[in-house]
Amino acid sequence: MKYIEEYRDRDLIMKLADHIRQSAVGRYSFMEVCGGHTSAIHRFGIPSLLPPGIDLISGPGCPVCVTSADFIDRAVSYSKKENVIIATFGDLIRVPGSSSSLEKERSKGADIRIVFSGLEALNIARSNPEKIIIFPGIGFETTAPGTAVTIKQAKEAGLNNFLVLSAHKVMPPVMDAIVREGIRLNGFICPGHVATITGSGVFGFLPEKYDLGCVIAGFEPSDLLQSILMLLRQVNRKSPVVEIQYTRAVTLTGNAIAQRHLSDVFEFTDAEWRGFGTIPDSGLRLKKEFENFDAAKRLPVTISHHNDNPSCICGDILRGLKKPYDCSLFRKACTPENPVGACMVSAEGTCNSFFKYVPDE
Amino acid sequence: MCLSVPAQIIKIEGQMADVSIGGALFKAGLQMVENVRVGDYILLHAGFAIQKISEEDALETIKLLKEMNDLENIQLP
Repeated sequence: MKYIEEYRDRDLIMKLADHIRQSAVGRYSFMEVCGGHTSAIHRFGIPSLLPPGIDLISGPGCPVCVTSADFIDRAVSYSKKENVIIATFGDLIRVPGSSSSLEKERSKGADIRIVFSGLEALNIARSNPEKIIIFPGIGFETTAPGTAVTIKQAKEAGLNNFLVLSAHKVMPPVMDAIVREGIRLNGFICPGHVATITGSGVFGFLPEKYDLGCVIAGFEPSDLLQSILMLLRQVNRKSPVVEIQYTRAVTLTGNAIAQRHLSDVFEFTDAEWRGFGTIPDSGLRLKKEFENFDAAKRLPVTISHHNDNPSCICGDILRGLKKPYDCSLFRKACTPENPVGACMVSAEGTCNSFFKYVPDE
Repeated sequence: MCLSVPAQIIKIEGQMADVSIGGALFKAGLQMVENVRVGDYILLHAGFAIQKISEEDALETIKLLKEMNDLENIQLP
């Protein structure tokens, strides 16, 4: 397909890998924040092309993975109510809550439907006026504007039976949290599709406050290798900045229309992240003028907080502290068919990517 | 989830488009992009076009990559 094959050219990829080998003069740790990058890096075997001094660490950018068990418990609790349809992205249904998952509830008869977008969930609301449709809103700055558009349309249409349970999150605060936790990094491979919306400017604090380089990367193998090369050079020159490799989608200021939808509907709030706990101003909740569409306001449920399975190290993996093969459950009790932790569920989860693409150490 | 895939616009009706990813058709909301026409490429994410991809930008990246490829001895910083 246009714009893909060119970025998978074997000669180009091998040449970039050569340049990286020549430029690497020490040890480097780079974190790819985005789960889409984690998946692409392992699918294309990027680590096997890098010299041993370059370590790629996966970060907290898989939306399903960082969704707290409490959020799943809330969605499960809604799914048990009479007259409720849960219309959800497919990734979410297998994520284990403290005692159940949406998939388990569906097998017991709950009405849970998979949608590809909020607009599809809205159509379900239109055709089922006697039911309440709850759309669990997960995802970062890339996904949240779509939820905002959906909520605006629900308001325009005067739909009274469409609710959003928002766990939307934003990336910069969690990246700040990672650095403050003291994980040794030399730079970030920044999320290309988050930056498509936000612009590259939101990552400026990383070089300014922490002297960390940032390259906003695309998702093809040559994109990733070029981004690693750009980061290497930043480190070697000791000149950390925010650079855009993914210029075909990302600009300094981003997509202003999407940003406006986002700020029309949502405001910042403290949010809970699996592995991190609560991070101030890292989540998005519906503004007061849209609270009629806020499941948390319209249909509050009480859940009791349970701790995650103590053997699961998903939290440490999301914080870049451990790798999947450090986990006693990995490939044994925890597999994509029977995931214990959220990192094994999503195709963008680090454990899922390692399970599929990385041989055991 | 965070994946966005390049897709080509096949048909536009109001604020919705039919887009093609390698021949498979999907619906895309056009509420976040402007000045898009049939034949344009967009990034499709969770049912929305989140960005128009201009041909010049895509070709520019390829050109830069190829230039890098042509350099026999890259200068070490």
